[in-house]
Amino acid sequence: MSGLWTKKDLLGLEDLSKDELELILSTAESFKEVSTREIKKVPALRGKTVLNLFYEPSTRTRVSFEVAAKRLSADVINIAAETSSVRKGETLIDTGRNLEALKADIIVVRHNASGAAAILARHVNISVVNAGDGWHEHPTQALLDIFTLKEKLGRIDGIKVSIVGDIAHSRVARSNIWGLTKLGAQVMVCAPELLIPPAIEKMGARVTHDIDEALCNADAVNILRMQFERDEKGAFPNKQEYFKRFGITEERLKKNNKNIIIMHPGPINRGIEISSEIADCKNSVILEQVTNGIAVRMAVLFLVSGVQEKKDEATD
Amino acid sequence: MKLLIKNGRAIDPANNLDDISDLLIEEGKIVRVAKNIKNNASRIIDATGKIVMPGLVDMHVHLREPGREDEETILSGTLAAAKGGVTTVLAMPNTQPAIDSACNAEALREIIKKNAKVGVFIVGAITKGRLGRALSDIKGLTLAGVVAISDDGASVDDEKLFSQALKQARRNKLLTICHCEDKSLSLQGVVNLGYASTRMGLRGISAASEYKRVERDIRLADKAKAHVHIAHVSCRESVEMIAQAKKKGISVTAETAPHYFALNEEAAFTYDTNMKVNPPLRSREDMLYLRQALEEGAIEVIASDHAPHIESEKYIEFERAAFGTTGLETELAVGITELVKPGILEWGDLVNKMSFNPAKILGLRGKGTLSPGSDADIIVVSPDKEWTVERNNFVSQSKNCAFLGRKLNGVVEHTIYAGEIVFVREDKPNA
Repeated sequence: MSGLWTKKDLLGLEDLSKDELELILSTAESFKEVSTREIKKVPALRGKTVLNLFYEPSTRTRVSFEVAAKRLSADVINIAAETSSVRKGETLIDTGRNLEALKADIIVVRHNASGAAAILARHVNISVVNAGDGWHEHPTQALLDIFTLKEKLGRIDGIKVSIVGDIAHSRVARSNIWGLTKLGAQVMVCAPELLIPPAIEKMGARVTHDIDEALCNADAVNILRMQFERDEKGAFPNKQEYFKRFGITEERLKKNNKNIIIMHPGPINRGIEISSEIADCKNSVILEQVTNGIAVRMAVLFLVSGVQEKKDEATD
Repeated sequence: MKLLIKNGRAIDPANNLDDISDLLIEEGKIVRVAKNIKNNASRIIDATGKIVMPGLVDMHVHLREPGREDEETILSGTLAAAKGGVTTVLAMPNTQPAIDSACNAEALREIIKKNAKVGVFIVGAITKGRLGRALSDIKGLTLAGVVAISDDGASVDDEKLFSQALKQARRNKLLTICHCEDKSLSLQGVVNLGYASTRMGLRGISAASEYKRVERDIRLADKAKAHVHIAHVSCRESVEMIAQAKKKGISVTAETAPHYFALNEEAAFTYDTNMKVNPPLRSREDMLYLRQALEEGAIEVIASDHAPHIESEKYIEFERAAFGTTGLETELAVGITELVKPGILEWGDLVNKMSFNPAKILGLRGKGTLSPGSDADIIVVSPDKEWTVERNNFVSQSKNCAFLGRKLNGVVEHTIYAGEIVFVREDKPNA
């Protein structure tokens, strides 16, 4: 199965073909069962070392990767970059080379700079998995979103997904747009004008500023967390205004589309982007997404660990 | 020493020349251009099958000395220039310290006198420390020999101050070179605002941050009756404003750099920090428009904006990496490959944009032409020879070139500066 996989790294869904995306999803499917066993472990990565290199605080993604690696029997080391030599001025590339010298096999990296995973991957021979880089991509989040959608709807080809929230600063939105459109889904993004980045249509998404339009025809809505703490330009409306115009509420769904699947990458802000009752309603798959995250990350770690690729340093 | 260049295709648009000719050089000057010159020159270069043209006059170069000799020096930068066929370099004043006083300009002239392998002219800073607060001693800079003023890397935001600078430039017969960027609009952007910023998830630099400042600088130049030269034009709107101003008779000229007509924002998608330049690589449409502007004459100069950086400034996260690409060693080949070969420019046009026009705009007598009596700054070029841009082949101290890995056509075989051969290509397999 992994013979079809040839990439040392997973940097984003933009780089992947339809076949590669489908391979990750089918691999995840077979790994999902592991987490239901009494002994939740397979020896697939026994003897391998996975390093979680996190330059941004993260609990859910880091823990999910850690659980995934452990269920594959890998050794896992967590590095919170603010406590490491990064503070002493070491560059990302030097840090990566040092981790490589420790004979680690996979670096899972979360970084606040877009493109950080790509830069790291170019300078080390070991595998790099992007756990979120700036506003660029968060491929495993989108993969688990897509995996969950496929479980619920039976297919991705032809489905309609709306993504609501701060699209401009969202790596989750970007990865979802690439992944979903490559698999044949239609994606609509919905946000206030200032939170839609220019030329996003070129990535394959349609744009609306009308929440009702985003909801009425969609099979699923992926609701992004409004990161008010990051609003530097004052581009965000205030919380109440946002909830009024874009918040996903029972009333709004009744009016438009009662059967729509509710997704959220978490952590959720009840009463800001989503009402409490909708977060907990029967169409909400928010917790299933978390569960599926393990299977998807197991698949990714498993697939990239099988690829050895010598990189020529001089090419950069 | 007498030097004779034989049988080359001599291209000298200033004299309407494009023909097989011989060139005789004596005492640093071109003495004769004619067919079959018989002379007992001490050195003969056989240029059969090659192009013989005036050396390039690159009016936008960062040589980094003084202050950042780890990136480039007068010596390494002019050696790189010689290899790239550049015989005249205009050195930008954003050094440390900035060239904002006669004293700093004179100190730099001393280094140039000692170390430079090709001609180097100095640009003075418009404001003290290039901080945009108080004017430099422009009169003093003029007496110290600067040929232009610029705060390149920054624009002078204060309109009153910039107007005063323009008036002083006019009085002192200096060219004012404008780095057009409204930093209140470009903010902390790192790539083109548009598809690049969206796709890459990075802060964008709008075209407006450039063209609004182009518009202002042209307006103030018109008022001050001064000539302005717009540096590194990257987008369509700027070209349109410059073209309109010219129609109105305003004294304005403009340059673009090879990376703006050969590359576009898509080249940055891999987060290759060598593609991080300021202004940013723009859209494909802008790139094509710049080619058209070069073809139609709206932009009269190609200059490299050679901006060397050490690896620790480039091998980091894209948003933290320094802006700039080197260009001295690639600009001629990029021009040949992207403009002459596809038929956008004739050879004569390329010589105009890269040699004659900048010499004329800067008022450099005896440069940019093969006229008898002019300086013997000449290059001999194999126009079709293919080569690959490789980091190990750079003479420049820095390797941050946006064209790394590209196959280009056109190789400089000989560079002659002031009648002396300052560069000869060695026949390595891929040099």
